[in-house]
Amino acid sequence: MRAMNYRGPYRIRVDEKPMPRIEHPRDAVVKVTRSCICGSDLHLYHGMVPDTRVGQTFGHEFCGIVEEVGPEVENLKAGDHVLVPFNIACGQCHFCKQGLFGNCHESNPQATAVGGIFGYSHTAGGYDGGQAEYARVPYADFGPTIIPDWMDPDDAVLLTDVVPTGYQAAEMAGIQKGDTVVVFGAGPVGMLAARSAWLFGAGRVIVIDHIDYRLEFVRDFAPAEVYNFKELDDVVVFMKKTTDGLGADVCIDAVGAEATGSMLQTILGKRLKLESGSAIALHWAINSVKKGGVVSIVGVYGPTGNMVPIGNVVNKGLTIRANQASVKRLLPRLIEHVRVGNLNPKAIISHRVPLDDIADAYHIFSDKLDECIKPVLLPSAA
Amino acid sequence: MSETRVAMRTSNPAKTVDHAMIVGWGVDANPQNDPTYPYRDRSEDDHSGEWQRPTQQEPDIELLKSVEHKWLPAVFGTASPPSGLSGSMRRLAFRWSESNWAHWLLLIGADRVNMIEGVIEDLAHSQIPNIPKEMGVPAEWRHNKTGLIKKVGVTAAIVGTVTALFLAQKKAREPEMRNALNP
Repeated sequence: MRAMNYRGPYRIRVDEKPMPRIEHPRDAVVKVTRSCICGSDLHLYHGMVPDTRVGQTFGHEFCGIVEEVGPEVENLKAGDHVLVPFNIACGQCHFCKQGLFGNCHESNPQATAVGGIFGYSHTAGGYDGGQAEYARVPYADFGPTIIPDWMDPDDAVLLTDVVPTGYQAAEMAGIQKGDTVVVFGAGPVGMLAARSAWLFGAGRVIVIDHIDYRLEFVRDFAPAEVYNFKELDDVVVFMKKTTDGLGADVCIDAVGAEATGSMLQTILGKRLKLESGSAIALHWAINSVKKGGVVSIVGVYGPTGNMVPIGNVVNKGLTIRANQASVKRLLPRLIEHVRVGNLNPKAIISHRVPLDDIADAYHIFSDKLDECIKPVLLPSAA
Repeated sequence: MSETRVAMRTSNPAKTVDHAMIVGWGVDANPQNDPTYPYRDRSEDDHSGEWQRPTQQEPDIELLKSVEHKWLPAVFGTASPPSGLSGSMRRLAFRWSESNWAHWLLLIGADRVNMIEGVIEDLAHSQIPNIPKEMGVPAEWRHNKTGLIKKVGVTAAIVGTVTALFLAQKKAREPEMRNALNP
């Protein structure tokens, strides 16, 4: 089959690879019909995630058609159209029993801090991902969800990660009616977080980024007030001024390890890799939120450490809430939001690219060329 | 694939303490004081740490396991098992816990070595990697010609300058070398 093949930082191609097979009685093999490139795939692409091995296939956002199921999978059959949550979760361990499906303890030998994730390095379990014609799906009797007949597959593929992650960012923020919510990052997750903030009753939604075309898009999509931080002398002072000197009720970090905006953080985190990427968005979030406020983190960081003003977290009495999205938990609610029109995920898709052109797609997404927001990959066999 | 299913129990020191002996135990407990609401469902949280384990996937490749794991998780990926020098570095890294910087720095180092091994592997299979294509240069040409020309220009200038400096230094040392050889 044709599959993405990682060759090193900034280098990927599509090669012939062996077909995935059933390796566990709860496995399925899924024929991929759509997969996306996620902003967090760029951390792998840029060589920032430890234990990213040459030869691995990335891709944790995909949907497709069940090709084959293992003997313990009774709720799916060949031919079912499914969306596959990015978390690999057993559904029965200590953490899954509590709905923490992003924290499964039975899916990742290489690390305990994170559960298994499709195509996301060996630090997340060493699974090949869905940027391929076929993918092995472990715990197929628990994770994959049958796509309703009425649902557009473009919406379905976005429900595997970006929509739940954006929604959970707003949910974890504990937004109360009338709250001012600031979202750092106008990438796909930030866009969905801003849109979701309204569903929780936000009174005002502000999005901060430095890429104008994305700010213009989210201004209408969310909708939201938007500001380019490169046009501001000091982001934190601006936030204080625009909130009567108090700060926002809630700040959401939807950027993670590759934030732009601080030369010091860029050198230490992105160039020298002495910290887990640049944490300037989180730094701004902590300093922009009001005393007693909430900082919600869904931006992805590496496993070592980051330079953030933890003293201000203490002195301001902040609550920090963070996790990988628990996709399976959120899916019933999100499917309903899409059905009634509260969410229109497919609007963020900007590029449809054949799988064979994946190197171009990564480069366009990484370098923000051609006003790229969200690229979808289409395997030729689909 | 093994059919074994094992119910696990983690040790819990708190169970050795009789709460009835602790004056005031639980008097200020408040179920609403839950910073993990609503994403953590505590209704089945019995603090036992027990669960019916899924069927164990049998490893048929070399697998590196975090020393923080009590047992091998029931399923795992089988992509790209460790091999070569990078594999040795990864094996070494897994002696340390996820809390230790040596673990992660060695893994990042192994990733860079693995990149070189990948090129060697390609050449060994008579495949010359098309690096510009792998790096998306065609897309850069389509969407950002000026930027690409600038990048190529800057790279050529840096390489040219370094080469010129190296050659000049080499030329300057030639008489010294000749004198040293013919005193």
